[in-house]
Amino acid sequence: MLRFIFGRLAVLIPTFLGVSLIAFSFIRLLPGDPVMLMSGERVMSPERHAELMNQLGLDRPMYIQYFDYLAGLLTGDFGSSIVTKRPVLDDFLQLFPATLELSLCAIIVAVALGIPAGVFAAVKRGTWFDQSIMGVALVGYSMPIFWWGLLLIIFFSGYLGWTPVSGRISLMYFFPQVTGFMLIDSLISGQAGAFKSALTYLILPTIVLATIPLAVIARQTRSAMLEVLGEDYVRTARAKGLSPFRVVGVHALRNAMIPVITTIGLQVGVLLAGAILTETIFSWPGIGKWMVDSVFKRDYAVVQGGLMLIAAVIMIVNLVVDLLYGWVNPRIRH
Amino acid sequence: MSLLEVKNLTVEFQTASGPFRAVDGVSLKVDEGEVLAIVGESGSGKSVSMLAAMGLLPWTAKVTADVLTFNGRDMQAMSDSDRRKIIGKDIAMIFQEPIASLNPCFTVGYQIEEVLRIHTDLSRKARRDRAIELFQSVGIPNPEERLGHFPHQMSGGQCQRVMIATALACNPKLLIADEPTTALDVTIQKQILDLLMKLQAEHGMGLIIITHDMGVVAETADRVIVQYKGRQIEEADVLSLFSAPKSVYTKALLSALPENATGERLPTITEKLTDAEIFAGAVR
Repeated sequence: MLRFIFGRLAVLIPTFLGVSLIAFSFIRLLPGDPVMLMSGERVMSPERHAELMNQLGLDRPMYIQYFDYLAGLLTGDFGSSIVTKRPVLDDFLQLFPATLELSLCAIIVAVALGIPAGVFAAVKRGTWFDQSIMGVALVGYSMPIFWWGLLLIIFFSGYLGWTPVSGRISLMYFFPQVTGFMLIDSLISGQAGAFKSALTYLILPTIVLATIPLAVIARQTRSAMLEVLGEDYVRTARAKGLSPFRVVGVHALRNAMIPVITTIGLQVGVLLAGAILTETIFSWPGIGKWMVDSVFKRDYAVVQGGLMLIAAVIMIVNLVVDLLYGWVNPRIRH
Repeated sequence: MSLLEVKNLTVEFQTASGPFRAVDGVSLKVDEGEVLAIVGESGSGKSVSMLAAMGLLPWTAKVTADVLTFNGRDMQAMSDSDRRKIIGKDIAMIFQEPIASLNPCFTVGYQIEEVLRIHTDLSRKARRDRAIELFQSVGIPNPEERLGHFPHQMSGGQCQRVMIATALACNPKLLIADEPTTALDVTIQKQILDLLMKLQAEHGMGLIIITHDMGVVAETADRVIVQYKGRQIEEADVLSLFSAPKSVYTKALLSALPENATGERLPTITEKLTDAEIFAGAVR
């Protein structure tokens, strides 16, 4: 098992280097530079522009900037924002809990609904239940996030007035950030109604963000389950006199989970990408919104640092998925 | 009273091109301590008829029978949960592909102890002791260690031994072995057959062996049922079947055995007989 973990960790190093190169170069491919964008409508003389670029170290050859950046990364220095001068890591750590809270809620909803939906659809294969579940999943998968988010806001917030439009919690409440998770912090604060408020603010973004992973997980579970239900060991399980619940829920599901766990792992990447759109729609103060704003300002340090950190999160999640995979599938472990 | 009695069993599957009758009017009886072989080509409905008797066919199959009783109890009138109390306990079944028949995600120990947990009141410790005892009885060395192994860590023959041990866990009255040796090497085939016969004699249970191997039939069975395309062609005790087969199909089947070959090419049944001739010559 330890060898398995170290093997996976070793793969992370070249991946991390690759991501750093991509993160560094892609933002620089965009037209314009941070100094131009900071000056805005004001006219700036070429001399002043060159001076500012020199101050920021952006006039040096690209490969020197890259190695400089890489050296910083190795010491844990992700650089500072060109615009706000605040360290990228500090901003990230402050904003990431909001994204994590939203993403966790979304993946929990997606898994909690997607797996049972897929299992039932497979067990009831070909029935109206199966067809309607898979039809809804296809619609969910095909729905553009920004449009789906707007529809929900118009209906639930605008028309019915059930949920708030944007933000994380009602302005009525204020309490210190302890964990960064609004649901937990509101409970710790002990203020009456704070938790409920945080929950109502979370509902719509969670639904929007969970939709695509939910659809993918349901469809993947169904197809994995269909394959497994035809296996000989499922027949053996039934021949032992086990209840249908045990046959499907233990013997079949455990095997069907092997591809589904891979899918869930891959959805984490989709989730963080989706978070960027969702956070923008709902003004959710997380890293998605932070990254989009930085791209518009050509804040190189924030974009590349943010990308690296998001990549690190995805790599950690994938490592956990790999470990889970080994746990679920003994053929990998042994 | 017979252990298992089946009269006029019919199984139909709904297919895109209309209903397909896989088993057509099969009848059989097995007594305690008796070994019955069901023999026939692939697609003759041997396995399907036994899966139907155990209620293990998917819902797309339509099963009807005039009589379907186990130990005097009507299996058709029984609720699903009552039937599950018999299946795995009093009637056990082992299958053709031993490695594929064991769940790859669980240890063999878990899979054998699971049957004991469902059908008996044994404590965890007693279940483990019983599993060790069963492994010993089917000839698995180092049973304590082996219980913690996964199916992919064992050979086909070992997996079949695990399957047999699992089937025998609750001392069944009837064991159905569906081509138990087909997927195994010849030397292992012999070992598994010998083991099955030894355990059958020790436990005095009824045994139904489904096979297409006439050698297995000759070596194990008291009585034989020959099936072709879902219909029963002949039923006889093993000696009369081999010495004086009555139906034209059984005669053709026996003449197609490699050891009976006289020319360069083995005779095949279909070039000699039509379906109509086979069914017309059925002796029941």
